[in-house]
Amino acid sequence: MNAPLIGARIERKEDYRFLTGAGQYTDDVTLPGQTHAAFVRSPHAHAAIRSINKDKALKAPGVIAVFTGEDLKVGGLPCGWLITDVNGQPMKEPVHPSLAQGKVRHVGDQVAVVIAETQDQAQDAAELLEVDYDVLPAVTDAVKARAKGAPQLHEVAPDNTCYVWAIGDKAAVDAAFSKAAHVTKLDLVNNRLIPNAIEPRAVNGMYSRADDSYTLYVASQNPHVERLLMTAFVLGLPEHKVRVVAPDVGGGFGSKIYLYAEDVVVTWASKQINRPVKWTAERSESFMSDAHGRDHVTTAELAMDKDGKFLGLRVKTTANVGAYLSTFASCVPTILYATLLAGQYTTPVIHCEVTAVFTNTVPVDAYRGAGRPEATYVVERIVEQAAREMKLDPAEIRRRNFIKTFPYQTPVALMYDTGDYEATLSAAIEMAGVSGFAGRKKESEARGKLRGLGYAAYIEACGIAPSNIAGALGARAGLFEAGEVRMHPTGSCTVFTGSHSHGQGHETTFAQVVADRLGLPIENVDIVHGDTSKILFGMGTYGSRSIAVGGTAIYKALDKIIAKGKKIAAHLMEAAETDIEYDRGVFKVAGTDKQKTIGEVSFAAYVPHNYPLDKLEPGLNENAFYDPTNFTFPAGTYICEVEIDPETGVTKIERFTAVDDFGKIINPMIVEGQVHGGLTQGIGQALLEGCKYDQESGQLITGSYMDYCMPRATDVPMYQLETRETPCTHNPLGVKGCGEAGAIGAPAALMNAITDALQPYGINDLPMPASPQTVWKTIQNAKQKKAA
Amino acid sequence: MSIKVSMTVNGKAVSAEVEERTLLVTYIREELRLTGTHVGCDTAQCGACTVHMNGKAVKSCSMVAMQAQGADIVTIEGIAAADGTLHPMQAAFKENHGLQCGFCTPGMVMNAIDLAKGRPDLSETEIREGLEGNLCRCTGYHNIVKSIAAGAKAMAAK
Repeated sequence: MNAPLIGARIERKEDYRFLTGAGQYTDDVTLPGQTHAAFVRSPHAHAAIRSINKDKALKAPGVIAVFTGEDLKVGGLPCGWLITDVNGQPMKEPVHPSLAQGKVRHVGDQVAVVIAETQDQAQDAAELLEVDYDVLPAVTDAVKARAKGAPQLHEVAPDNTCYVWAIGDKAAVDAAFSKAAHVTKLDLVNNRLIPNAIEPRAVNGMYSRADDSYTLYVASQNPHVERLLMTAFVLGLPEHKVRVVAPDVGGGFGSKIYLYAEDVVVTWASKQINRPVKWTAERSESFMSDAHGRDHVTTAELAMDKDGKFLGLRVKTTANVGAYLSTFASCVPTILYATLLAGQYTTPVIHCEVTAVFTNTVPVDAYRGAGRPEATYVVERIVEQAAREMKLDPAEIRRRNFIKTFPYQTPVALMYDTGDYEATLSAAIEMAGVSGFAGRKKESEARGKLRGLGYAAYIEACGIAPSNIAGALGARAGLFEAGEVRMHPTGSCTVFTGSHSHGQGHETTFAQVVADRLGLPIENVDIVHGDTSKILFGMGTYGSRSIAVGGTAIYKALDKIIAKGKKIAAHLMEAAETDIEYDRGVFKVAGTDKQKTIGEVSFAAYVPHNYPLDKLEPGLNENAFYDPTNFTFPAGTYICEVEIDPETGVTKIERFTAVDDFGKIINPMIVEGQVHGGLTQGIGQALLEGCKYDQESGQLITGSYMDYCMPRATDVPMYQLETRETPCTHNPLGVKGCGEAGAIGAPAALMNAITDALQPYGINDLPMPASPQTVWKTIQNAKQKKAA
Repeated sequence: MSIKVSMTVNGKAVSAEVEERTLLVTYIREELRLTGTHVGCDTAQCGACTVHMNGKAVKSCSMVAMQAQGADIVTIEGIAAADGTLHPMQAAFKENHGLQCGFCTPGMVMNAIDLAKGRPDLSETEIREGLEGNLCRCTGYHNIVKSIAAGAKAMAAK
């Protein structure tokens, strides 16, 4: 029997291929007869297309075909979540065409595709396509898009409004505010981000005349969902005639969840020309066509009694959804956002109203955290501000309001199953050396520097999601996961999962779960993912759901393997099935020394000479679908300490401490890696990254790595991490998920630290990213105001 | 117009007719089918395409193939020993979980090997500054920094 594998720091099984250049990403796949596609994209934010002339492009060397919206009249790209507005009306769903139908609505909107023998030829010819545009006024800011006289994007969406949605008891919140001893109010902007997985999106589609089928290689986080959406809603193809393979995928962060226009076009075109068609985004295309993230404008008010006890929270948010509804765009600023506004606190009543608005920008959808970073930003910024106004220690105000008994029903629909917020807070305070902060601050001040400390006590809802609840809230799909465990005659094991790994290390973590339970060496367990022809079904990887939902599906399949194994073992050992005990790969007859290993049982199942064939089928292969009964609720406390140079506005992160409760942890090394990455994306949002559009022309100003500031190694510190553990109560592994936490908690902790450092100037807010220029300007403005 | 280029790649002499504008990375990936070298951007910022030319780390997306005429090129596929044993830097990345999705990894490793050559005691600051030309979106650099520090020591010990 093995040493226990759950909780072990096992080096990753997938690393050898990645380290030796043997990984296979979509762009690495070249098929016989391969052709290459280049997309012609709108250079304008908003324009009518008067005409398109293909002649010159078609005559260019190597060109095989040019297609426009005239050629590809298929269903629009679907949105997977129906939000019902405050008046009971369905959200406005304008058609989202794969190739423009007479109008373009953002810079980068796809107008045509040119297919040629080589990539260079396709790109050269794409520049020869003549598109005559009638340029229209554009609006990129969501608040301005609702103003009178703003340019209108879609006839079906008056005032550019997709929906006005609300949650919570408004009357009860109003009543709470009328009783309040103090109200803290904060206006916050959650800046728009561009995901920037380092592997650009890519797709390679192939049609086979032999059996009228398609094979699609695509950088996707969820190949089955991609297939379902494309076949059922857009191209009308039989689902069983389309194979979608998501091979090695170089990061996703949400941006590779969605069904994109390019995927549809390439698939369709491969049949038109009867040759495989490959498209790989250039980075500049990623900037203007990958779904963006965040972009909220919010006003929040927190009502308190005289002791700083929260009485009610009122939040009003305008969410920019971009030019069209991306696949899950509608649920991000609603279901995944407003339901988290209770945070870790007992705030008894909460009301949140969200207005989703179309603008002439790239569609916005889920990006690492998806709604939960926005919620945490609101809650943790206003709580910190409340502490300042109430003259309370920021830890103390949190402690006074922590939820302490579980399960806990929030006023915004969620039921937290378990948690210990005091444990993560006090551990973080200890680890961050908060008691020595005052001394460090003094020392900074002596050098003319400002030092600040900021907290964020975040919570998130992961393990998405109970299908019946999601369905009642508008989801147009189930959110279970599927797994299959296949024992082989020689005792090794292949596991098929509907989860998809694009950096998360499932090939290792899931193998640890299986090898531990089956008592097998981990090298005898392989995890297979990302291919609809191999895996029975899958909803894919996002929302930190893989171990909680996908892992549990595998666990349930293992239950079945063990149950059948017991029957086989009972037969082999001539014992009653009820007398068989199982422990990590060994079937024992209770009270005897008789035993059979999983390998022996598996061999008997495939070579059934001595086998109960009258009662039991041969073979040992089981699958399971798992639909969770609740969300999981990872939570924790992050503490950030910064030093700011008021002369230059440069913010240096001196310490970043994260104490998380992810429930049970399978592989701490991998979990730490997830937190490091999430924190860096969160720090990126707060200090460096921000998508900018020119307000007049609607041009994307941050359209390359020269303009959009990605976190680099010199921008971030070594992190201090710890975990605390309250196991999830409703899945057998006790796991909660860890993929997004860092990105959820970090921005609030960092901005709280910066505003803490800037308290001498009376600065309580400044926009993200808090670049040196922004910090410096904010200080200068505050100085002038003070002087005046 | 096409032109003949010849060079050594991973110890093998190769030559081909390529277009003048063909980038070194395109030649490596498309012509030689060495797809371990990746393309992550179009502005020479991300470093995923880093290879060694005459022992120095270079970005193969920002030079044309003919600039490598006669050069000795090593890609990520040429780093491990012939029997498959990982180079100490590769091993350090594995041991320290210095990679997640793997896409930036070949460029990181190629740059790290060059950075660590003859410098077993690289400081954290030196490593972070040495990674200026390489983007990673997964790891937050924490474990990459640890990997390179360990790899630098292991390279010197070898």
